[in-house]
Amino acid sequence: MIDVENLIKEFGPKRAVNGVSFTIRRGEILGFLGPNGAGKSTTMRMITGFFPPTSGRVRIGGHDMAEEPIAAKKLIGYLPESAPCYSDMTVNGFLRFTAELRGMRGAQIDAAVAKVAGLCFLEGVLHQSVDTLSKGYRHRTCFAQSILHDPEVLVLDEPTDGLDPNQKHEVRQIIKRMGQTKAIIFSTHILEEVEACCSRAIIIDRGTVVANGTPAELKARAETAGSVHLRVRNVAAETLKSKLGSLPVAGRVSLQDNPDGSLSARVFPRDKSTRADLSLSVAQTATQSGWSFDELHTEEGRLDDVFRAITLPDSVKTRE
Amino acid sequence: MNESLRNIWTILKRELNGYFASPVAYVFIVIFLLLNGFFTFMLGGFFELGEASLSRPFFNWHPWLYLFLVPAAGMRLWAEERRVGTLELLLTMPVTAAQAIIGKFLACWAFLALALALTFPVVGSVYYLGHPDGGAIFAGYVGSLLLAGSYLAVTVATSAITRNQVISFILSVVICFFLILAGWEPVTSLLVRWAPAGLVELVTGFSVMPHFASFQRGVIDFRDLLFFASVIVFSLFGTSVILRGLRGA
Repeated sequence: MIDVENLIKEFGPKRAVNGVSFTIRRGEILGFLGPNGAGKSTTMRMITGFFPPTSGRVRIGGHDMAEEPIAAKKLIGYLPESAPCYSDMTVNGFLRFTAELRGMRGAQIDAAVAKVAGLCFLEGVLHQSVDTLSKGYRHRTCFAQSILHDPEVLVLDEPTDGLDPNQKHEVRQIIKRMGQTKAIIFSTHILEEVEACCSRAIIIDRGTVVANGTPAELKARAETAGSVHLRVRNVAAETLKSKLGSLPVAGRVSLQDNPDGSLSARVFPRDKSTRADLSLSVAQTATQSGWSFDELHTEEGRLDDVFRAITLPDSVKTRE
Repeated sequence: MNESLRNIWTILKRELNGYFASPVAYVFIVIFLLLNGFFTFMLGGFFELGEASLSRPFFNWHPWLYLFLVPAAGMRLWAEERRVGTLELLLTMPVTAAQAIIGKFLACWAFLALALALTFPVVGSVYYLGHPDGGAIFAGYVGSLLLAGSYLAVTVATSAITRNQVISFILSVVICFFLILAGWEPVTSLLVRWAPAGLVELVTGFSVMPHFASFQRGVIDFRDLLFFASVIVFSLFGTSVILRGLRGA
């Protein structure tokens, strides 16, 4: 549904987006990650046709944004980053206005407004003026506007920003539900959100895509991914290290003293092929040696480790 | 109704409601009518003139009255949209920039037309006191409306340049002031003394004054209509260029 091909956007001498390409199919929810200023919003503004790209192409459901902007825009629901609303209107007036621009008429408008007002918990404020609303309500009003016409494509720039935990949960549920039949791209800083609802994630840094895969694939790129963590009591550090290190499937072993007197060992696999057998071997060694252990698990890797490793500027990396 | 007309209508309606949702509209209309009355009856010497005509006491003041009131009414059209960020929302809807520009322009123009229509007691007075030339009054109103439309189109363009309404206001006052001065008699008579005839003609050609003057005399000339229409079309087209430019095209 969304086809982005080699997008480039320059503002004067500065290149904000540098050759971004990806495709989102129906039924996919793409999480769009990146540090501030990486080019997320600029990319989304090009997808929705607000910014014309310096070069490259955006196609929405087969319609080229540059050649058939109206046909393409009809398919999109968009929540801009600041969730702007016309502050001199009531919530109801605002939603009806956007519905009319979306080509709806009469009873269709009533039904659509009633439906999104229910979905986004806006019933209580429908006849209140937008500028009297709290930030969370304003945000949900703008979000309601984006799903009002049941669009094929949803582009959401930080949809959960500024919401309380309950509202965040609700918005995520809506996104997940709509994601079953639509193509959705949303940007966020919250990595758990990506794990919770995305079928795929893209990390963008300084205008280029630096990672593209399922959340599990991305997590596997973490340094600690696949290592086995074992916590034991009353075992000498030396024995622990030599025994685990001598396993044929094991690579490096690192130890750590815990405040409660126990000892933690992190065993890295020798290479990728030995990952699967590692935890079993460690468990066998532990039982055969008669160690008392209270924790044993395989590390999945953490998305924020991957995020940090990929997007930290080189200068910061060397400093650490 | 076809789709683009419907979009224009939707935007027009919203914009017009926006005026009346706040006290701005009422304040504006009251000030406009008060000033009109003041100029007509006090400064214009409506009674002293002793003629049954609105040309001198009433319409004569409009280029100056509009100079401040029209930019005040139109300055927020795009500037506010840019400041709040709704510009992004509006232009990512299935609406062309041209439809949005025309819708906003027509909304504000209709509002100005309403304010102008509310000056009807002046017409009543002149009919009560004498036997005026109805055609001349009608032509005067048409000219006044077109004059307001021209200033407004300029204001629409300047309000797209900035997110600050004050800057938009000042810019449009300056430009409209030029449109007056270029053909205002005291200025042109000064110019004639040293400038070649061609230059004088070129400068006065930009002015709204000679064109408005013929409406005031009761003449609706095609060339004058064309002049105002081209100021409006040029300014609105300029607005679309400005909007495209600020999206970084």
